[in-house]
Amino acid sequence: MKALVFERNLARFAASRVVSSLAGSGKGVSVAPLRLTDLEAPALRGPGWHRVRPRLAGICGSDLATIDGHSSRYFEDLVSFPFVPGHEIVGVIEESFGANGAITSSALAPGARVVIESVIGCIPRGIDPPCSACAQGRSGGCERVGFGHISPGLQIGYCADTGGGWSNAGLVAHETQLHAVPDELSDEEAVMIEPTACAVHAAIRAEVDPGDTVAVLGAGTLGLTTVAALRSLTEPGALFVGAKHPHQRRLAEELGADTAVPPAQLGRAVRRQSRSLAVSERSHQLTGGADVVVDCVGSAESITEALSIVRPRGRLVLVGMPGNIRIDLAPLWHRELILTGAYAYGTEEPADGTRRTFDLAMELVARCRLGRLVSARYPLDRFEEALAHAGAAGRRGAVKIVFDLRRAPTGRSDPSTGTTRPAVRVASKPALSLPHRRTRVLTTRPRTRKGATP
Amino acid sequence: MSPRPGFVLEVDGSTPPTLFWHGEGLRLERLPLGSRVLYPPEPLNPLADPAGAIRHALEHPLGGSEPLKVLLRPGMRLVIAFDDVSLPLPPMRRPDNRQLVLEQVLDVAAEAGVDDVVLIAALSLHRRMTEPELRHALGNRIYDAFAPHGLLLQHDAEDPTNLVHLGVTDLGEDVEINRLAAQCDLLVYVNINLVAMDGGHKSVATGLASYRSVRHHHNARTMALSRSFMDQDHSELHSSNWRMGRLIRESGVKVFQIETTLNTDTFPEQFRFLQRREWEWTGADRAAFLAASKGLKSVPERISRSILHGVKSPYRMTSVQAGEVEAVHARTTENVYAQQLIEIEGQADVLTMGLPYVGPYNVNSIMNPILVACLGLGYFFNLYLGKPLVRPGGAVIMSHPTPWAFHPGHHPSYIDFFEQVLSETTDPAEIGKYEESFATDPWYVHLYRTGHAYHGAHPFFMWYWCAHALEHLGAVIVVGGDRAAVRRLGFKPASTMADALEMASDVVGPDPSVTHVHAPPLLMAQVS
Repeated sequence: MKALVFERNLARFAASRVVSSLAGSGKGVSVAPLRLTDLEAPALRGPGWHRVRPRLAGICGSDLATIDGHSSRYFEDLVSFPFVPGHEIVGVIEESFGANGAITSSALAPGARVVIESVIGCIPRGIDPPCSACAQGRSGGCERVGFGHISPGLQIGYCADTGGGWSNAGLVAHETQLHAVPDELSDEEAVMIEPTACAVHAAIRAEVDPGDTVAVLGAGTLGLTTVAALRSLTEPGALFVGAKHPHQRRLAEELGADTAVPPAQLGRAVRRQSRSLAVSERSHQLTGGADVVVDCVGSAESITEALSIVRPRGRLVLVGMPGNIRIDLAPLWHRELILTGAYAYGTEEPADGTRRTFDLAMELVARCRLGRLVSARYPLDRFEEALAHAGAAGRRGAVKIVFDLRRAPTGRSDPSTGTTRPAVRVASKPALSLPHRRTRVLTTRPRTRKGATP
Repeated sequence: MSPRPGFVLEVDGSTPPTLFWHGEGLRLERLPLGSRVLYPPEPLNPLADPAGAIRHALEHPLGGSEPLKVLLRPGMRLVIAFDDVSLPLPPMRRPDNRQLVLEQVLDVAAEAGVDDVVLIAALSLHRRMTEPELRHALGNRIYDAFAPHGLLLQHDAEDPTNLVHLGVTDLGEDVEINRLAAQCDLLVYVNINLVAMDGGHKSVATGLASYRSVRHHHNARTMALSRSFMDQDHSELHSSNWRMGRLIRESGVKVFQIETTLNTDTFPEQFRFLQRREWEWTGADRAAFLAASKGLKSVPERISRSILHGVKSPYRMTSVQAGEVEAVHARTTENVYAQQLIEIEGQADVLTMGLPYVGPYNVNSIMNPILVACLGLGYFFNLYLGKPLVRPGGAVIMSHPTPWAFHPGHHPSYIDFFEQVLSETTDPAEIGKYEESFATDPWYVHLYRTGHAYHGAHPFFMWYWCAHALEHLGAVIVVGGDRAAVRRLGFKPASTMADALEMASDVVGPDPSVTHVHAPPLLMAQVS
């Protein structure tokens, strides 16, 4: 069985950083410490653990940052090598290890379609009693990430013991991490649940008061799902989005943004709405600004922009994963801003009581038809193309790129079923997907005769 | 030799290509056979003795007004307002008409023992003038005599302490003007009439008014009913200003109006080919054209802009009249028409125009897309008496690069208007709902009052300026413009003039009749 494996190799990590810096995100994969290799499925860890065979696995911005060599060294001790990346997963349970080897629940029986809370908290780690965060269901805030009976790893997809989504071999997950997927949801919708859960958590962490002016920077997967979550779970007076590409602006407005503009226009739009002044004619720094700014990019530029358009004592939420960047924090100090991160998911307390973030995300995905954000699917053996596509998703008119693991790698049969067809058939939406053969990707740009005037 | 009147050329096989302005560039275009090209009249002979003419005008005022020196007495408060940087275009060589007139007015005031004198630039909602611009308009002697003492002011339409509400016209229009001007013993207004729209009651009722007052005539309805706003007898813009002006007079504000007119001697020697007819170009003219067009194209845009905005026009004064506002303006208008009017029979299917680098609102600045629209559909389209040069449902083809570029200091509200309002609607009647939020935006108010920014509502006015044309036309096509910017304006981009004519045919039918306005120098068409 094939899987993509990421190894600890500093020279290749550095080479990938150089190549991706020069050629663009996703282009460093040829020199990155990532290889497609034969791999056995990881062993079940004990009672309550299940082996899951991925059907679709998304490529996330944090995956790209890792492969591009741009991820923060902060994570060095929070992951274990080698690991199989991929934490946005919809899959099928293949084997379960219940108490006494029995099936543990009817919903999580072999053959059940599931999505995975990839965060590995105290309970999967066998830590008893759990830390205070996990005890409250906030597994994203787990204080024992590097401990317990499995290797360090923030999530499935960064842990040597669990496997990850970019694999035909399968992965293992604890029952507390699994959520059965209703038949009504397609695989494309289901694979969007994990990133949407991050967005739901971010929207709640944003603590938007009714009538607040909210600005979202970035309109990739995280930005768009955050817009949907903000519109669904909060009551902003005005919701602005700064989005680079036209299709992103269109989707942002479809998902609930009042106004979606190119990033360079966001500050002016927020200034107009908040009737703020600017510090000077030459400065982009507003004296007032948005009540809440949600940064779904995580770059030095985006955080600097966020700092310049949030009002004094306003709230700035970092949803996009920042790395080792240089920013001027003087506005944070001077304007007494609240800067907070929003990582992963767990348990939320929206107006209608305590809910699992994944349950809220599942509802949001269905309501907003977020499966449409899946723009292209690649087989695992075309991972270099897939990662390049994901790295240039915005420019290429795409949003979410996924690995399609429902078929065996090209030209090979699936030994588990003896067929190239998936073990469990699920309705899927082929719209916008790439065919499973090498072909030129069509762009949305209309062709015109040279010199012709449309 | 007396100057030749305007001329309507019918393009035939022997007609050389026609010169088009294209922003900071120049183009030669071949117009279809049978097209008509309107050439402006040649410059009238200027006043041989402008100083003498001014003195005569002050001593022999029109409309029953007493001579200026009779109106002046020791101890009185005298306010002298003058037109701002938007006039004339291009700025004229020194001495500017304003300087020539002001020097004599101040001399008369000094002889009469008047020592309480304040000068006010009548900005209305335009940007504040810079020191070099003020020095250029007034001359160094006047600037140095007044500015250091705080006696050279720029009208502030957003300063509540320095505005006074004089009343409401019969039609409910607020009349609110500069307090110093309203409460002085005599208000002298010094004007330059470049086009027929300028002057008259508009000088005070708009130039020294507040936003609250100006909005009554600078709106979509008024502008759509001004046909044209260069024809004061058929202009709702002027009717409103005249109602306000009369209310100002009835409120006791005593205005002594001094208006001047210019000839069409617009370009200095190195650009003289611009005001010659192409078939009369000499070898030197052709060489100058090539040097100018290639030279301007070969340098970065900011350099070409800087070169062109440095051009000072050799305009000369053709008349000066003073006294009661309406009588003065009637004479001024006659003199403007005497220079600019050209008769033409019938309307065309398509009107073409080459838009230059400068209009009233981008002196020493960038002509942004909104100003391109305003120059073409506001100013050029409205240069008519009688009927528009193009038939109802016809097409206008404008040549201009229309860059998606704005001067952030001069036009901050334009940027937001372009990004946030025109992306929603380009209908002049619809945009009004956004106007107040722009007009009262504290950042725009701050920049207008303390920087060099146009008022927050100004881009709306520019779009209202286009209302009549937008209502009248079936299509607006921009040749060689930034495609995204042109589309944002609601117009159609074309790569070449041939493409544009083909696109226009889709709207007006095959083999359209074409009229081209060969300006500047400016002209005014009397369309029968």
